Amino acid sequence: MNLIVSAIGQGLLWALLGLGLYLTFRILNLADMTVEGTFPLGAAVAVTAITHGFSPLVATLLAFGAGMLAGLVTGLLYTKGKIPFLLAGILTMTATYSVNLRIMGKSNISLLGQKTLFSGSFMTSLPQYFDSVVLGMIVIVIITLLLIFFLDTDYGQSFIATGDNPVMAKSLGIHTDATINVGLMISNGLVGLCGALVAQSNGYADVNMGIGTIVIALASIIIGEVAFGELTLSQRLVAVILGSIIYRLILLAVLQLGFSANDLNLISSIVLALCMMLPQLDKLFHIRKPFFKGVQTND
Amino acid sequence: MTEPMLELKNVKTIVNPGTANETTILKGINLTINDGDFITIVGTNGAGKSTLFNVIGGNLKADAGQIFHAGADITKTTEEQRTTFLARVFQDPKLGTAPRMTVAENMLLASKRGEKRHLMPRRLKQRMSEFTKLAAQMNNGLENRMTTPTGALSGGQRQALSFLMATLKRPDILLLDEHTAALDPHTARNLLHATNQRITEDHLTALMITHHMEDALKYGNRLIVLKDGQIKADYNAAEKAKLTVDDLYAYFEM
Repeated sequence: MNLIVSAIGQGLLWALLGLGLYLTFRILNLADMTVEGTFPLGAAVAVTAITHGFSPLVATLLAFGAGMLAGLVTGLLYTKGKIPFLLAGILTMTATYSVNLRIMGKSNISLLGQKTLFSGSFMTSLPQYFDSVVLGMIVIVIITLLLIFFLDTDYGQSFIATGDNPVMAKSLGIHTDATINVGLMISNGLVGLCGALVAQSNGYADVNMGIGTIVIALASIIIGEVAFGELTLSQRLVAVILGSIIYRLILLAVLQLGFSANDLNLISSIVLALCMMLPQLDKLFHIRKPFFKGVQTND
Repeated sequence: MTEPMLELKNVKTIVNPGTANETTILKGINLTINDGDFITIVGTNGAGKSTLFNVIGGNLKADAGQIFHAGADITKTTEEQRTTFLARVFQDPKLGTAPRMTVAENMLLASKRGEKRHLMPRRLKQRMSEFTKLAAQMNNGLENRMTTPTGALSGGQRQALSFLMATLKRPDILLLDEHTAALDPHTARNLLHATNQRITEDHLTALMITHHMEDALKYGNRLIVLKDGQIKADYNAAEKAKLTVDDLYAYFEM
């Protein structure tokens, strides 16, 4: 039971990563590698700020801002520097690794004995593992409502149009460079925020904690789509969150089978690959179960 | 209005300047477009028709010459800036609409063409009846598909929607780049008919590229022949009325 609660809590915290990547991967139609650098950047900024005496809340917000900056760098490399998008993301991701080491001063910082968002009296009064669930719920509900509001504004609609048809968007006077940059900033801001929360939940930040994050984010998105089929945009955001939780439960099940935590990246990749191949596998073997209402390919 | 709606003065575009492959596409275009002109443009492939539209639309910069809109020099303005007064319909139905957004959402986007978009609720519901009425004018069932993603529409419906979107917010200049070329003959005729009706009734200023000489003669009140990056002929309404298809073909055989 404890393990399941813990998995749900982790799923909620990591859902921010999925939501962030959803904005770029599904809405802007861009595969943003920056997140592999932004996630540990958020962790590094938050943990370093906390160990320097900042309040956990301020430290977490700083992580959000740092993520936005990284997103902006990728955006500018792409929109103004005309570097192919995938490469722009890889450049920022690689550069961020050094930045993270600079920020932290070493490759690993512990939060032992420090105040975090999880160390308030209310949080510590909760049963074990419920702190992640509660904090994850609060953050996810706020962020999801804000995103739903944003996407339904005139600006949000122009952001969606930019990803859907940039030629049309420009012909309607939408400054697509700006909407792409804003989208990347929000997306990477959320990823930085996710890094900050996960670091505080784990009790440390590590420069290598970003490895595999893009696969985890994609897994949340794809699992959500495979499991819930055709949805409205707002429902899709919720599907990503549920996808993130399902992904954690799958990992839990796999670990119970005797795999070690060192196998996680291999397992993540296999889970994602299987989900993405599902339409093809279904054609070959007709494996689709009744609860798979259909995979939205979105292209 | 005393100033012409749009004026091109000796506009040139050069591809690969300074290299062995340097080619001049537009070789000094002088064109004055007056309010209410509905100009059909004919010309062979490579004559510079699309380049002319791109220069007017702003997604291609003129390498020489000037462009004026209602007297104001717009030569250096961007594509996005020009959308405040200019609308386009592309040849490819896929280019004119956002496939994952619904018909109504696309129309809402187009209703704010060239405007700054704020962080304010879009208020789509309030405009639904207005949009549905407009869609019904296209006579192809578009009004019944307001909440359908445009990717699921037929090519004809998509292109009709593109045209509707271009005229939803009245443009000073409407550019139609062979907008019926990708459609079957019947659908193309319907859309051309609707296009003509909308332009003449609303007294829009429009430029329409077409490869059909009959259409070039039938529609509009002015006709331009482009050849080798230059305007070979510019017929006003009276002259155009006397033109025949054979007269036009003669330009292509020279």
